[in-house]
Amino acid sequence: MKVFVCLKQVPDTETKIKILPDHSGIDTAGIKWVMNPYDEFAVEEAIKFKEKNPTAQVWAITAGPKARAVEVLRTALAMGADEAIVINAENMDAITTAEALAKVIQAEGGAHLVLAGKMAIDNNQSSVPQMVAEFLNIPHTSVVSKFEATPESFTVERDADGGTKEVVQLMSPALVAANKGLNLPRYASLPGIMKAKKKVIKEIEFSTLGIAATEQKVKYAGFELPAEKPAVKLLTGDATAQAAALVQALRNEAKVI
Amino acid sequence: MSKILVFTEFQNGKIKRSSQELLQFAATTGNTVAALVLGSTDGAQAAHHGATEVLFSADAGFNSYNPELFTVATAEAIQKSGATVVLASSSSTGKDLFPRVAAKIKAGVVSDGIEIKITGDDVKVKKPFYSGKCFATATFENTNVKIVLMRPNQLPVAAADVSKSATVTELTFTKPSLKTIIKDIVKGTSEKLDLTEANIIVSGGRGLKEAGNFKMLNDLADVLGATVGATRAVVDAGWVGHSMQVGQTGKTVAPSLYIAVGVSGAIQHLAGMSGSKVIVAINSDPNAPIFQKATYGIVGDAFEIVPALTAEFKKVLAH
Ligand SMILES: Cc1cc2nc3c(=O)[nH]c(=O)nc-3n(C[C@H](O)[C@H](O)[C@H](O)COP(=O)(O)OP(=O)(O)OC[C@H]3O[C@@H](n4cnc5c(N)ncnc54)[C@H](O)[C@@H]3O)c2cc1C
Repeated sequence: MKVFVCLKQVPDTETKIKILPDHSGIDTAGIKWVMNPYDEFAVEEAIKFKEKNPTAQVWAITAGPKARAVEVLRTALAMGADEAIVINAENMDAITTAEALAKVIQAEGGAHLVLAGKMAIDNNQSSVPQMVAEFLNIPHTSVVSKFEATPESFTVERDADGGTKEVVQLMSPALVAANKGLNLPRYASLPGIMKAKKKVIKEIEFSTLGIAATEQKVKYAGFELPAEKPAVKLLTGDATAQAAALVQALRNEAKVI
Repeated sequence: MSKILVFTEFQNGKIKRSSQELLQFAATTGNTVAALVLGSTDGAQAAHHGATEVLFSADAGFNSYNPELFTVATAEAIQKSGATVVLASSSSTGKDLFPRVAAKIKAGVVSDGIEIKITGDDVKVKKPFYSGKCFATATFENTNVKIVLMRPNQLPVAAADVSKSATVTELTFTKPSLKTIIKDIVKGTSEKLDLTEANIIVSGGRGLKEAGNFKMLNDLADVLGATVGATRAVVDAGWVGHSMQVGQTGKTVAPSLYIAVGVSGAIQHLAGMSGSKVIVAINSDPNAPIFQKATYGIVGDAFEIVPALTAEFKKVLAH
């Protein structure tokens, strides 16, 4: 019984973004790459599932530039994943990424459960998990903060807009995309880190998957930083005077009230 | 002329403002505007905002969001309508549904749009990356259908024109055997708009000292009709739920007015809210980084400023 966890490597949240001179993307020099924060919840849930289901095997999978992307797999292995696969690829859009992941999962014999983070914090697309589910023809729930498994199905809680919670039952196999709150991701243990270092990571070239260049649907260009803000206007006086000045400014100057 | 299909969402029987924005915008592009209405027979509201065609299905299955059912029906509607552009809101439903639809019909999809330009069939969408640390413009290729999910509050809305009407057609589709069962829906306790739809947000950080003091922000928010947000520090402390977190690992928001109280302005928090039109910072530390992003700043004690502000707004808004 295989559990696949789809992972993405993203710039650390502390990263100050710099744009390339031709605006074709961001300058990745000096960026510290980490596991997408939401993916940590997915890895943790996969390992918890394995702890309860000893026949389960956790396979970590990522698509990205191999040289650095393997690090996210080592992190997952150190946390407790059993096997890892990297699909060596660059500059794919969501749909080709999802198709590649789905093809490899299928080639490995399919999954009982696929886990992913609800969103990658780099492009904020929230697309790949649902697309993987469609390509695998399995049900999915995204933004999940509670997960329970029985042999035939999974019962999950989805965080919808406005604090609403949806309780959903998915017949297995299924895909679940994790939200914060699902669990507390464990730290890698020292023996785990040692083991992960030695583990052979399976490498697959994207070009061998038979996904045509015309499958790519979306292109991004014209990267730019937000416009500089003018200096802050500080309001002075005692609390009452400051409050009055602010309300005045919001109504008559900024006109937002 | 091409056709734009707008996926409409309703709340308590009323078409959502975010859907009104999309319909009205679509009508300005010179293309035919069709609306998809799932879970209701009410095509009139979509017509009042600019749709001249409405595809609807009142199937009871649409009363709650089931990704499998919605995917099949939406894909069918796109194909039947002949639309080449699909617009939806970057809402909880829109963001979940449309990537799956895109994979099904092999179309391109861009979420979280903040600016959109449609010239005939040509679509350009600006969207934030890294939750707003930078922006880029998306274009489509190799796709017959272009799907764009727009963030709420990015496009203007005029009053409904009740004299307008549309051709209303019932959508037929083959129901799949569902492997997804919606067991229960527990409505959020808040009557407020979701953070991502709110036009005014009052956000609190660790400067509020303890959970109970969020009451002060709720009072201010009530006067302003605002939604309350928070930093990760206070979410992690358990003062408020994660659904209230603003930032790179929370919600990305862009309201007209964002009031940050006792929030230092960490890079991850700024990423999620610096797209706000007007930012007010209330912080006792004049060197807090939040002041670098703020339009207006008050250096002072939140426990004095916030009640004074609530009182002042009450006074002014009463007139
Ligand atoms: C991977 C990762 C992801 C993260 N994602 C997010 C995210 O999505 N969103 C987010 O918000 N953070 C995020 N953070 C956390 C972020 O780095 C900061 O720790 C957090 O934003 C700080 O919250 P704060 O402003 O409430 O607290 P603090 O930084 O402690 O600031 C409190 C502020 O209150 C002021 N203050 C104190 N007393 C008063 C008073 N009486 N009146 C007025 N002001 C007062 C202080 O001067 C201070 O500026 C993330 C961190 C990491 C590592």
